[in-house]
Amino acid sequence: MTERVTLSVNGQPVSVPAGTLVAAAVALAGVTRFRASIHGEPRGPLCGMGVCFECRATINGQPHSRSCLTVCEEGMEVRTDD
Amino acid sequence: MTNERYACDILVVGAGPAGLAAACVAAEAGRQVVVLDNSPWLGGQIWRGEQTHPTQAAAQRWIQRLNKSEARVLASATAFAALSPRCLLAETLSGVLEITWQKLILATGARERFIPFPGWTLPGVLGPGGLHAMSQAGWPVAGKRVVVAGTGPLLLAVADGLKRHGAHVFLVAEQTPLAKVMRFGLGLWRHPGKLVQGLGVKARLLGVPYRCGCWPLKAEGADRVQRVTLTNGTRTWTEDSDYLACGFHLVPNVEWPLLLDCELRAGAVRVNEFQETTVADVFCAGEPTGVGGAECALVEGQIAGLAAAGLPDQASAFFSQRASWHQFRDALNDTFALRPEMRGLATADTVICRCEEVRREALESFTDWRAAKLHTRCGMGACQGRICGGAAQFLFGWDNDSVRPPAFPVRVGSLMSADPTDPTASTPTQPRV
Repeated sequence: MTERVTLSVNGQPVSVPAGTLVAAAVALAGVTRFRASIHGEPRGPLCGMGVCFECRATINGQPHSRSCLTVCEEGMEVRTDD
Repeated sequence: MTNERYACDILVVGAGPAGLAAACVAAEAGRQVVVLDNSPWLGGQIWRGEQTHPTQAAAQRWIQRLNKSEARVLASATAFAALSPRCLLAETLSGVLEITWQKLILATGARERFIPFPGWTLPGVLGPGGLHAMSQAGWPVAGKRVVVAGTGPLLLAVADGLKRHGAHVFLVAEQTPLAKVMRFGLGLWRHPGKLVQGLGVKARLLGVPYRCGCWPLKAEGADRVQRVTLTNGTRTWTEDSDYLACGFHLVPNVEWPLLLDCELRAGAVRVNEFQETTVADVFCAGEPTGVGGAECALVEGQIAGLAAAGLPDQASAFFSQRASWHQFRDALNDTFALRPEMRGLATADTVICRCEEVRREALESFTDWRAAKLHTRCGMGACQGRICGGAAQFLFGWDNDSVRPPAFPVRVGSLMSADPTDPTASTPTQPRV
């Protein structure tokens, strides 16, 4: 059985297989709007490889972290749309 | 905060095929090698996921070869500035690395090219390679309806990969006309490895329509993509879709070469026969010298690694292989060149620069990238023009030929650590411990 880790996405606990990306955990939590554009339009990941910064989220208090390059860790706290 | 310091003979930036190959041969030749990559994995974007879901023998071979070598890997480290001519700074999750080098090999790879169209900013519209890479690390695609669109051989590989993760890929829309794709396919006999790969992918794709001469016009939906409108030039129709994976081939990542004043030619880094750039002791291999695929990158990487290690005779043994891959590279880029209709996809109010939300109509009156940046902030957001730059080049013919540090947005603390007079800095440690 695959090892699982539990993290929190916008305060909601999410359990994912070890090795899952933070971006994927956010999507699994049902969030499609990772951030709002400067005019308030919803945005989600585009490039999936750390270039576009559309997937940025606050990870363990660190704002503007690229969730597509960060692997989930036990107890991690993730906030979107900050 | 004190910087963590490393010193090495050869620093390789990027752990994709070119970087892996360069690092392996240089380390095997006894040089002290450090490999830096901004992701937590080896293999770059093309082989991302190979460490957790092995599918390609070549990727496994090269990753294992690197792991067996004495090369030191620094993962999750984003190179952001040059502290001095032979010292580079990289940010990690917890701090800053300061790496001094004698020879530098830039193997920074490529990114997907995005051509804006109405609705491309909706969540659920992603790059094909990006969606595929994320689906390998848990991004949910099982049972989702997916259109794969744009151009390039990557579309088929991505459709295949997404299907294996349970996605319902019901259309692959390739903008290149069928006759051109066929001509390219027939030429692959000169590269048997590619042919086998291509046929394997095609066989698994049976049942997914691969429509050539077909492209997306717009994506629509409330808060995320729900419908995609496509055309083949004469007929236009709309499909319900959960995802639109749309990318238009690749553009080289040349920010680091530009930052170090390496000369470019037609958007690619100029190198000599030993993959050395116009800046002494700085080498470049793989996609930044022209998008040619993983096999081409492996050959160029070996040449760069051996040349940087001071073994020109061994490097030159790979020249004929490289010449053959360069033929493939030229055919690839000719086949998947963008058709002129792609210039008309973005309407006046389509966002071109996603970060600063600059629309096409705001950009039309400018004659170059610099003026557009100064007046509209186009390309000045978090991605620093990496996404809209490729689009602006194609739509307006603007070249971005200057990059200023930091090459990537970093924390203020990391920028402060770039102070060379920092009295708290420790002494360099050797990479092998």
